[in-house]
Amino acid sequence: MSTQISSPPTPPTPKSGPQASPPAGIWLGYLGLLGPAGIWLGLLLVLPTLVLFELSLVPGLEPGGLVNPSGLENYLRVFEPVNLSVMKRSLFFAGGTTVICLLLGFPVAYWIALLAPKKWRNLLVVGFVLPLWTSSLLRTYAWITILRYSGVLNTLLTSPNPWLSNLGLPTIPRLELLNDWPAVLIGMSYGYLPYMVLILYASLEKLDRRLLEAASDLGANPIQTFFQVTVPQTMPGIAAASLLVFITGLGDFVDPELLGGDSTMTISRLIYNQFLKTNQWGFGSALSMVLIMLVSIAIALLLKFGDRNAAG
Amino acid sequence: MAKSQLRVQRGFLWQGLFTLLMFFFMYLPILVLALYSFNQSRYSASWEGFTLAWYQKLFSDARILFALQNSLTVAFCAVGVSAVVGTLMAVGLARYRFPGRSLYRGISYLPLIIPDIAIAVATLIFLAVVQIRLSLWTIVASHVVFCLAYVGLIVSTRLADLNPHLEEAALDLGATPFQAFIKVLLPQLMPGIISGCLLAFVLSLDDFLIASFTAGSDATTLPLEIYSRIRTGVKPDINALSVVLMLVSGLVFLIAESIRYQSTEKRLK
Repeated sequence: MSTQISSPPTPPTPKSGPQASPPAGIWLGYLGLLGPAGIWLGLLLVLPTLVLFELSLVPGLEPGGLVNPSGLENYLRVFEPVNLSVMKRSLFFAGGTTVICLLLGFPVAYWIALLAPKKWRNLLVVGFVLPLWTSSLLRTYAWITILRYSGVLNTLLTSPNPWLSNLGLPTIPRLELLNDWPAVLIGMSYGYLPYMVLILYASLEKLDRRLLEAASDLGANPIQTFFQVTVPQTMPGIAAASLLVFITGLGDFVDPELLGGDSTMTISRLIYNQFLKTNQWGFGSALSMVLIMLVSIAIALLLKFGDRNAAG
Repeated sequence: MAKSQLRVQRGFLWQGLFTLLMFFFMYLPILVLALYSFNQSRYSASWEGFTLAWYQKLFSDARILFALQNSLTVAFCAVGVSAVVGTLMAVGLARYRFPGRSLYRGISYLPLIIPDIAIAVATLIFLAVVQIRLSLWTIVASHVVFCLAYVGLIVSTRLADLNPHLEEAALDLGATPFQAFIKVLLPQLMPGIISGCLLAFVLSLDDFLIASFTAGSDATTLPLEIYSRIRTGVKPDINALSVVLMLVSGLVFLIAESIRYQSTEKRLK
């Protein structure tokens, strides 16, 4: 390809720095320990991101095309109504998944951390996150098997049910969940629930039980105790888990693509298409930069409000 | 007292039941895949008899086996490089204080949180600009970036818990820095290195997005092969493949957990 890039900026060399005449051995140590990773990250992470930023400023760039004068057109395209609705949908999926995971995950983490017998706790947590270690593509594929029109769920629902017909109830119609937003929410919530439980568990486990007893002794009912003691005490963990799920959900590609069909275009799918289908690299780069910026905002919030220890 | 006891019991009950339900939710897809991998029916979701035909078909499928071989090559190479480079990085970051250290550390952990698609796209553009042909090795190079982050993170955690005086003692007793590193520091770091590597290995085997941007035309990895097949509908032999892969990664997970567990136990004693 004949893309002409004005000399790409050199990668920062994070390992060096002005030091008060260190002995040669120290320099060798710096170079030997931090050099290889520094070079690798510089070449394959920092430099590519800078090139990505540079290309995002080039309107109408296609692979093989010449670099035009730079401008902000790619970024302006992001704010066209069509693309703006894609961004909104991505935020909806990420936010919806976060809420669902929080609602489903909190009781689980609470039960394992505070109510389950102590010797089972580790085993229960490990057992809950075990499905994370299986291929995410295949877990999504399993949901296709379950949710599709002639899938497991619909076969179970529509199979002749003497119990229902005895009661005189009509048979349940087949649900069209696949290839629409409910399937995406189910798939994403399923995928991120273990992360939520893991982080909430770490936070709830550190909760001082004496506070709960004290609240109860002072006459608070369980609901008051929960909202006035448990939730405030574990807020950093809740914030960390929620933001982590939100960030991961924002960049999810597989679930919307495989479970959502044509109606659930998200920012990741849009980026994917710009590069592997329609070859609009400039616009794709701008979208990627927007995604990175959204994630950076979430990370900043995570560092500000999240519990760093719970976040790992 | 009795009343609060009752309350605890009731909480134990409904939340315990809810937790049980969520466990069922977590394992449901896996159970469904496992069940249907033995189902004779090709298209329907109703049960039509037990068969091992899909497993037979799977193990004689040349494309799957080729993709598996590619995936294993990528994972072993990427994890091997990351194990060495990541450990060195973690030790370096723990040992030296220098300007830009937190920047270095921040950049090295970025792949943990930046969406895969952004890393994939950036790597693709960069490789195109410097005109490197995509192949199996470009996947390896891009996988090292995130494997490095996981190995580095886990080794750093382990390093923080170590007794720093052991290495000093070795140096005082006349060991060269190299000897002290190999004979004193490395054995203590081993559990961290191994569990970091296992995690990175599973993630590398699982990666679809980054590979789909950095793979050459003949370098199809297993997730790429699976993706191209499941796009076009439900395939019973993919069910069989799921079961095999889940058994393998479940095993890897148990090994990783037992290593982690043993090393924590040892440390607590």
